Amino acid sequence: MQGHSTYVPKSSAAKWLEARLPIIGLMHSSFVSYPTPKNLNYFWTFGGILMVMLVAQIVTGIVLAMHYTPHVDFAFNSVEHIMRDVNYGWLLRYLHTNGASMFFIAVYLHIFRGLYYGSYKAPREVLWILGVVILLLMMATAFMGYVLPWGQMSLWGAVVITNFFSAFPFGETLVTWLWGGYSVDNPTLNRFFSLHYLLPFMIFGVVILHVWALHVVGQNNPTGVEVKNLTKDTVPFTPYATVKDAFAMVCFFIVFAWFVFYHPNYLGHADNYIPADALKTPAHIVPEWYFLPFYGILRSVPDKLGGVLLMGGAIVILAFLPWLDTSKIRSGSYRPTFRIFFWIFVMVCVLLGWAGSQDTSRAVLTFGQTTILDIVGFGQILTLYYFAYFLIILPLLGLFERPDALPASIADSILSGSHAMPMGAAASPERKV
Amino acid sequence: MTSIKTEETRRDFLYLATGAVGAVGVASAIWPFVAQLGPDAGARAAGAPVDVDLSQIPEGQSVTLKWRGLPIFVRHRTAKEIEAARADDGKGLPDPQKDVDRVGKFANADQSKWIIVQGSCTHLGCIPVKNSGDYNGWYCPCHGSHYDTSGRIRKGPAPKNLVVPEFSFVSATSVRITGTRSAA
Repeated sequence: MQGHSTYVPKSSAAKWLEARLPIIGLMHSSFVSYPTPKNLNYFWTFGGILMVMLVAQIVTGIVLAMHYTPHVDFAFNSVEHIMRDVNYGWLLRYLHTNGASMFFIAVYLHIFRGLYYGSYKAPREVLWILGVVILLLMMATAFMGYVLPWGQMSLWGAVVITNFFSAFPFGETLVTWLWGGYSVDNPTLNRFFSLHYLLPFMIFGVVILHVWALHVVGQNNPTGVEVKNLTKDTVPFTPYATVKDAFAMVCFFIVFAWFVFYHPNYLGHADNYIPADALKTPAHIVPEWYFLPFYGILRSVPDKLGGVLLMGGAIVILAFLPWLDTSKIRSGSYRPTFRIFFWIFVMVCVLLGWAGSQDTSRAVLTFGQTTILDIVGFGQILTLYYFAYFLIILPLLGLFERPDALPASIADSILSGSHAMPMGAAASPERKV
Repeated sequence: MTSIKTEETRRDFLYLATGAVGAVGVASAIWPFVAQLGPDAGARAAGAPVDVDLSQIPEGQSVTLKWRGLPIFVRHRTAKEIEAARADDGKGLPDPQKDVDRVGKFANADQSKWIIVQGSCTHLGCIPVKNSGDYNGWYCPCHGSHYDTSGRIRKGPAPKNLVVPEFSFVSATSVRITGTRSAA
């Protein structure tokens, strides 16, 4: 977007620095004068929340690493040492573990926001793909972090997930190299600790690219109509977006604090408070909640390689979304048929998560004594819809759907009070009667 | 003109030669970083053969030993279990293998009552539970794979039979396990 580089250094020190490294000007044009669409709703606040969560995880993580010992004989006890002996260690660890969950809540809302409002469509393809890369890095980081306390779920989660790679050709060799031995053991724990420390900084790097790409193409907005007139359609990032983001962040942190202080272990699994035992697999092994939908896909496929490929494909397919959705209309607010399929898709994702958390032998639908549908069969139906949404529904919908009329501009949509007044939008900001 | 051409060929040669040496240098510099990922000397040494005393295992029971960080099941099968395993030899198994091929090539009738398998599910590596599942062999609680009394996969997502490690009978009551094998 043009027309937002308005920073003029005033003090002589600022002038001196700006002539040598224009960093204040860069910050000013990125986070102060940067024009944001007027009609952004609260779903647009999760980008900022995610940035803060990343910093929070890095800060609590660095501090925890000062008290943690990455060795199979000491890891579990060092985590208990953090919980019992280290001053405020319980708080720091609960912030870090619950922080991971909050991070995923925010990122999933952020992604569904993008899916609904078509934020992946041209010219935002690269921005979107960078987001998918961040999601993959986040998943790897969260998985390796969960291994570090070396409880039962840590060990067996690591065994199951590293064994995904054994489904591929030369998989056994590959897995031995991942483990650094013939089983998940001390070398595995050590390298996971090293990588768990590294990956957040790589995420930080990709986040910078993500924000850069965002600031080149500009933000999408609830109407999906591009900014046409900077004065009419946009407001400066500061104070408008900063204040709105800050308010959302406070609300988000209240929920975060509620988990940390009242239900710190609700999102975790009790079995992870049992030290790792290489000779006993827990009876009911499940991943953390944020991996459950993908786990649900894995378990619904009766073939090993097929299951692993579909599970990976469920994430990778997101990167191709800009080219799979054929509709010229961005926002779901103007696509009545799309909305129906979208909300079914959201429900399918939630149900896949539920299916992933249940015992495979559980019946979903019974007629008298006979089971008509068990968890595996139910998972298969959901998996089918998950992929059909991307591979059949979105490509065809763009060709056959009759969208509603778009507003002429962002300003128009606000002033006319059109039906597309988005959910959670502040009541017509800047409206002049 | 000719002199310029010669000049270019010599330069091209130098480019290629430098590039080739550089590529070899980069590859040799990368190799230690890749190789360190593999099992270290300690992990490799921990693979020394181990002897199992069979006289301590009554019929119908089994022991689990930990070797190279992985469980190994040694199961003393009952006549009924052996019969069940052999009866199913010809059925359409997902990973066809005869029971006699799994108890050791040179096993006599007495030795073939022992089934020795690596206790890692060939699906995603969980430890199957003994004497359970539809075939009363092993059942993996993680993703529901059923193995029979020969450790062969019968039902569920696992693609292969439980792996039989390398072993040999030292005496009538002692077996030596000498190596693990991969499922592939």
